[in-house]
Amino acid sequence: MSLELVATILGGLTIGSALMVVISKHPVRSVLFLVLTFFLISSNYILMNAQFLAIVNIIVYAGAIMVLFLFVLMLLNLSKDNEPKSPFYIKIAAVTAGGVLLTVLIAALKDGITVGATSTVDGSSEGLVQNLGHLLFTKYVLPFEISSVLFIAAMVGAVLLAKREKQLID
Amino acid sequence: METSELIEKLVLIVVLFAVTLGIAAYATYFERKVAAWFQDRIGPDRAGPFGILQPLADGGKLFFKEDFVPEAAEKWLFILGPGIAMFTALMTGSVIPWSTNLTLFGQDIALQVADVNIGILFIMGFLSIGVYGIMIGGWASNNKYSLFSAVRASSQMISYELAMGICVIVVVMMTGSLGLREIVDAQHGMNWNVFYQPVAFVVFFICALAETNRAPFDLPECESELIGGYHTEYGSMKMGFYLFAEYVSLFISSAVISTLFFGGYNFPGMDNFEGNTLAILGVVAMFTKTFIFVFIFMWIRWTLPRFRFDQLMHLGWKSLIPISLINLLITGLVIAFNEGWFK
Repeated sequence: MSLELVATILGGLTIGSALMVVISKHPVRSVLFLVLTFFLISSNYILMNAQFLAIVNIIVYAGAIMVLFLFVLMLLNLSKDNEPKSPFYIKIAAVTAGGVLLTVLIAALKDGITVGATSTVDGSSEGLVQNLGHLLFTKYVLPFEISSVLFIAAMVGAVLLAKREKQLID
Repeated sequence: METSELIEKLVLIVVLFAVTLGIAAYATYFERKVAAWFQDRIGPDRAGPFGILQPLADGGKLFFKEDFVPEAAEKWLFILGPGIAMFTALMTGSVIPWSTNLTLFGQDIALQVADVNIGILFIMGFLSIGVYGIMIGGWASNNKYSLFSAVRASSQMISYELAMGICVIVVVMMTGSLGLREIVDAQHGMNWNVFYQPVAFVVFFICALAETNRAPFDLPECESELIGGYHTEYGSMKMGFYLFAEYVSLFISSAVISTLFFGGYNFPGMDNFEGNTLAILGVVAMFTKTFIFVFIFMWIRWTLPRFRFDQLMHLGWKSLIPISLINLLITGLVIAFNEGWFK
């Protein structure tokens, strides 16, 4: 079926744009390629019939977090001239660390179960929002609640930091 | 997918595209006419009878202007910006149901391009991407004023998206579905959400004003402080795209407001009709509601003065979000009570 072909092309595009994030010289271009990568990941989710996950990925990552990234980078207005030069040994260390991570990931995932490119497109309700919500609030309710507590902790932390800053200024 | 279905969807997409662009073009004309009316002037009246050819003249003028890219600009991003703005504005129309099914040539045709079961989230998603059009354009121009207004625009849009999302959650809780057709069908028989959720409607409406960068929230393009806003460096049809995208999102957000809170294609006494008559009357009802909101948007623009930026942020974070959160809590409690959780 041509669905396999679509999945292959999408996968290739995803990896390509993920590579461009690293290769791009300009930080703003890197962020824009990262946004594109999130889009492509979302389209992979849609191929797997996980529409809710796909759209939430776009809203949260592409729509909110990446905008803040872009925000900071545009205000800093980084260019080649004022970029801090990193010493040679740091570059070596970064390459080694990245290579080790890649090796570990390949070692961990090479025996993973290969699921077909698409579970089933028609007829299946797997990954739809009703089923996802049902699972989250029954079987996985404890991890779900714990992660929401984690988010609240992060939010309280952010508010606290912002407040302290203001007191210092006063 | 069958060939007939493919053709049906293609025709629907082309029609929707043409109608959206046509309405956006004429919205510019009506904006000027409404402004003239409020300020006791005549408005555009030279091109054609009553000036109805004015949008065509404006479009033609923009096409024949010199299309240029500033020397210090990032060329590709500079071109990409208006494209993204237009694309995201047009995409949101695809999940809105315009009416009940129409029967043509023995085929049941749904007047909705894509009935996805995450319809409203799709709109919220594209809304949040719309920021990129402005941010990329503003940054790539390599102009301080453009960058300032791009930053203003994106912080405004992010801030108001939160309250807007909470209002959408309230509507979704009332319906129990994320699909827009289900949301509309649940409001059948004058059970419009605005009667049950007036607070959510008011908050959503204010947020829609901010999201479309319309007055009184038009700080990203306030000409008195920022020359022209994020499109200062733009000219020709690229600027036209930015201005046009704004009118497209004006139309689409009016359509979304009518869908979520005013029953979409539902109208009083719709049970007396059926088949194609019902479908056509549904389209008329939907567009009437939408145009009323377009007019209210314009009415507000030519009546209210602009907010200051700190006032805008205060309104968004310290008023609208708490109000919509309390509204969410009360709605949840009422739904739980109706389901008999407290017995």
